Order: sequence, then C-alpha cells, then structure tokens
Amino acid sequence: MRKTYSIEVDCAACANKMELAAKKTEGVKDCTVNFMMQRMIVDFDDDADKKSVMESVLRSCKKVESDCEIYI
Amino acid sequence: MNKKQRQMLIRIIISAFLMIALSFSSLSGLSRLICYFAVYLLIGYDILLKAGRGIIHGQVMDECFLMAIATVGAMALAIWQKSGDYTEAIAVMLFYQIGELFQSYAVGKSRRNITKLMDIRPDYANVEKNGKLERVDPDDVPVGAVIIVQPGEKIPIDGIVVKGESSLNTSALTGESLPRDVSAGDEVISGSISMTGVLSIRTTKEFGESTVSKILELVENASSRKSKSEDFISKFARIYTPAVCIASLLLAFIPPVVTMIAGGEASFGKWLYRALTFLVISCPCALVISIPLSFFAAIGGAGNAGILIKGSNYLETLSKTSVVVFDKTGTLTAGVFEVRGIHHSSLENEKILEYAALAESASSHPIAKSIQRAYGKEIDRRRVANIREKSGGGVIATVDGCEVACGNERLMRELGLEPIPCHSVGTIIHVSIDGKYSGHILISDVMKDSSADAIKALRKAGVSKIAMLTGDSEKVARNVASALGIDSVYSNLLPDDKVRKLEEMMDEKDRNSSLAFVGDGINDAPVLGRADIGIAMGAMGSDAAIEASDVVLMDDDPMKISKAIRIAKKCMAIVYENIVFAIGVKLICLVLGALGIANMWLAIFADVGVMVIAVLNAIRALFAKKL
Repeated sequence: MRKTYSIEVDCAACANKMELAAKKTEGVKDCTVNFMMQRMIVDFDDDADKKSVMESVLRSCKKVESDCEIYI
Repeated sequence: MNKKQRQMLIRIIISAFLMIALSFSSLSGLSRLICYFAVYLLIGYDILLKAGRGIIHGQVMDECFLMAIATVGAMALAIWQKSGDYTEAIAVMLFYQIGELFQSYAVGKSRRNITKLMDIRPDYANVEKNGKLERVDPDDVPVGAVIIVQPGEKIPIDGIVVKGESSLNTSALTGESLPRDVSAGDEVISGSISMTGVLSIRTTKEFGESTVSKILELVENASSRKSKSEDFISKFARIYTPAVCIASLLLAFIPPVVTMIAGGEASFGKWLYRALTFLVISCPCALVISIPLSFFAAIGGAGNAGILIKGSNYLETLSKTSVVVFDKTGTLTAGVFEVRGIHHSSLENEKILEYAALAESASSHPIAKSIQRAYGKEIDRRRVANIREKSGGGVIATVDGCEVACGNERLMRELGLEPIPCHSVGTIIHVSIDGKYSGHILISDVMKDSSADAIKALRKAGVSKIAMLTGDSEKVARNVASALGIDSVYSNLLPDDKVRKLEEMMDEKDRNSSLAFVGDGINDAPVLGRADIGIAMGAMGSDAAIEASDVVLMDDDPMKISKAIRIAKKCMAIVYENIVFAIGVKLICLVLGALGIANMWLAIFADVGVMVIAVLNAIRALFAKKL
C-alpha cells in the first residue's frame, strides 16, 4: 500500500531527517521524502491503519523538525 | 518570495543595519551588552527557540542547536574576556540566516521554474451543452464524450478528431518544434496545443489515463527514486555533524589540558573560540541541498527536451553507458515500408507502379500499402476486376483489360516466367503484364534520416560499442549496420533470443559501465526491462513501453539518445563537483580553524559561500537544450 502526501519542509537536511523518522515509525514499511517536489511517499505495512500510522509519522517528524508539516 | 521569506528578509536588513550602527556607537559596559544582545535576539530568536525544542526532543545534533551553542559561546567568551566584541555572534547568526534565506528562495524558485517547464497540465475541457460551450474539470469528462478545443488551447484528454482541422504544437511533449497537421479521424494526444482551427474530439481515455497525466505522474515521481550519490550524501550528513561536534569538544579541552600538564599556560579561551569556530562549519546543508537539486534540474531539463528520465538513479546509470544496443525496426529504421526503386522495367516506371497499385488495391498488407502510397494517386477500383490472391505468392488481377501479376519469384515461375533477381536488399515484387515479365519493384524499410548522425553522436558521447538486434534477415541487417557504422549485428532473432543475446553482452562488458537497450516498446518490453537502462522510443501513447522502460523518448528521433547520455554526464559532473568542492572547502576551514588561522567570520563566509556556489552550480544542470 503506497500513498503520497504533500509536505512542507524548509531545508534538505531536515527532509532527510523526516524520512529517517518516518521510516522508524511503526506500520511504515518504507518511506521516501522528495524534497524538491515536497512530497512524502509512504509504503505502509499490509495490515496498518493508514490514518493512525500517519498521525504517529507526523508526531515523530515534528520531533526531529518542528517546522515541518504533512498534509494528511 | 513568500510571506515567511519576506519577513526574514526584513529581519535581516534591520539587524544588519543595527549591527553596523552599533559598531559606530561609543556604548560601553552593561548598556553595550544589552544593545548587542537585543540585536542578537532579533536575528536569532527562531534559531534559539528551535534549538531549545530540539533539546526537549533529544535532538542535540541539530544545526540550530549548534548555531546556538556557537553564537552563545562567542557572546559568553566576549563577556568573560571583557573584550566587548559581540559583533561576531551577531554576524554569524546574520550570515547563517542569509544563507538559509537564499537557499529556500533559490530552491523554491528553481522548483517553480522546473515544474513550469513541464507545465502541460490542462486546467479545463470545453464541452458543448445546449449549443453553448461550457468549461468543465477534465476529470469529469467521460470516455466517448465530445470536447471542443479552440485555437491556442491545450488538448486536455487523448482522443480522436471528429470534426475540424488544425496544426498541433507538440513541443511541450516531444521537444519537436515542427507542428503536426491533424484532421477528422486522426488520433491526438493530450498536452499538445491546437494552433489554427477549432477541433471536436471524441475522448478515448479518461483524464487520469491520458498521456498528460501519465507524464506528469512520471516526472513527479522521478526525483523520488534516489541515486547512490544522494544516499551517500544523506549518510554523510548523518555522520558529518556529530563528527564535527566531537572534534570541537576535543579541540576545546585536549590542547589546553595537554599544555597545562606540560607546564605551559592553558589558555582555555583561545581553544574554546577555535572549537566554536568548528561548530559554525558543522552544517552540511550545502551538500544536502545541492545534490537533489542537481538531479531535479537535470530531470526537468531533459523533460523539456522531450526525454523523460524516470529517476535520479537512472541518470547515474545512464552517465556510465558504454554499450548501446539497438532494436532495428522502429528505432534506427522508421518501421514503415517504402518503395525504393523500380528496376528492369519494360514500360515507364510510373506505369508499372500504377498497374501494381491497382492490382494490389484490395490488399491491406504493409507491402501493398507501400505500393499504393508510392503511386500516390486516387485508385479507381472500376479499372480492376477479377482479383485473385495467390497465397504465399502474390496477386493476379485484370487491370484495364490486361492481366497483371504481382508477387515473388515463385509466382513468376508458376506463370512460366524467369524473374530477374535484384542486387539490392529488401523485399522484391516482380510484375508481369499480359504474360510478359515487366520488371520488379524494390521495397524496404527506410532508415531514419538522423540514424547515422545519432550513431556518430553516441560515439562522441563516449559509447564504445554499438550493437543491433533484429528479427530481420541477415542480409537486411548487415546492410543497415554497415550503412550506419554499427559494430556488431545479431539477426534472425526471436524475442527470447534477444533477451539471451543481451544477457551475453551484459556479461561481457566492464562491470562499472552500463548497457543501454533502445527499442520502440513493441514486443521488446522484456529486453527493455532486462538492460541496465531501457530506452523506449516514440513511446507516446504506448503504456506498455512507458511502463517497461527507464528512459522514455517522447518522439522517435534517435539523436535524443546521445543527448540523454550527455545530460546525465553533465548532471553527474555537477554532482561530483559539488561533493568535492563542498567537502573540500569545509575540511580546509576546519583545519584553518583548528590552527587558529580562520576566525568565525571566515568560517561563516565559507559555509554560506559554499552553499550559494553549490546551489548555483546545481541549477546549471537544467540547461539541456544546447547539449
């Protein structure tokens, strides 16, 4: 299950940090942050509830980069 | 500039002005400290806040945190040493903010520019309702509906023209500047612009499935497939910042302690200052920003030239291409049969062609079609009667009362005639009229005009071996290969054989280089998928080819292959330049900082300067038109 989300992040290093944080979140199989397009492509685990997983992804991203935003 | 950037700019200008004004003032003591500290807070409050939040979340290696430590440290040092030199802390913050502002502005701007290059998304479709044109969202138009496209408008959805004539500008899709004329019955693809007339188009696809949507999706996803260099940089950035921090800690304590033990003066202040200088250089932003920006710009520039590259990783592989393997039909040759000559004819050439065209008028075989096309005039079916197909031989018909036979050697021999063999390569159609041999017509697939130049351009772009795979006969294949200067030819191949041959060639080549296969996507999808780089040609509208390949050429000009390789090479050159340059300058600054030659001013100048230069260099990858 893949889904693409719009994000807002200011610097490329921060985008890398978000990617790493999202990858570590429970329920996320893989994640790519495309800084240039301001997109986050999330590959969910098969039995994951997308909504709740994305909420925790947003929380962990906010922890590493307080300025970021994910439009869920 | 957006609102956030404008606010930042105002803050920078005010702080810079205040900083300069303060340096001319004669304040001293506490009032001096308060004034400077106010300016410091004005320029750096957001960094300090972010650093604080970072600490709460356990993110101590964050750039904001490091900037905060470096500047607060510099302030504290100035107070402790009673030098009253607070300018340095403010200046570091100021330049750091200028750098961040430039970065966000430049990146935002180039992002907009690049996406504008690929701006082929139609905003609306015109649908006729009760005699009036109505604008609707292209998403809402069902398959089979009729849409109206006026001069100057983009065709929003793929379809077939039912009424009207126009010239289409397809340059946004294919990079081809020559307009294409269409009229009723022609297929049109979305994204092209109708220039001269009003067209009524019956849609054959939904908007989401149309060419435009497919291309946009491809381009948007392209920069998400990361290359090895991008991975390297993000890993490097993860190690770099902590490493510099540890180094600065060591620098702050080891030298003074060592000198103290050795009996000298410890001079903690001096070493602390050098350690803080280290922290200023710890931000890896120049690298981290310039690498994805280079790839993004190259993909955007290539897209503008009609070359879709599906990911940064493919740019990397493409730049290392040393072997290019072509499929013959549809890539080097046009895949269209054409009459190349009429030999040994007893009548005028036109007459032979006319009789042949009339005799073949009932057939839809590509060979028959090519004769009819070469004849070029309207075929009057009333002149033809009694058409008999001779399976595996040809056709016999009565034309203008004469018995005309068209076909291969076997047909001629069946009729008791001795055909004259042809010395040229291709398909030969012998013609007899009223039982007399009257000559033959040579038909062959035509080579594309640019094929020979394309092969030369490939060699110039550093490709060392060029091969061709084809299902065609050996004679035809050898002929094409020698005309174009291709190194090796493999003919009479079935689709499975092609994959096997390709695998052999992939084993033979140098491990560090890559092999590209160029096909037209028709029955060579497995080969496209197997090669290091699959290049599909003229793939507009062919979903299978777009799916199977890594690089899609939107028109069928083979010159684009060498262009794609040159774009990839330029992009990789820029990437390596930036990596070497940015890491190099940072290392030099670190060494100079440790030796006490570079102060904080120089450190921040170097940091911001490297980033500006790296970003500007990255944007160079965008200019692909002249490559």
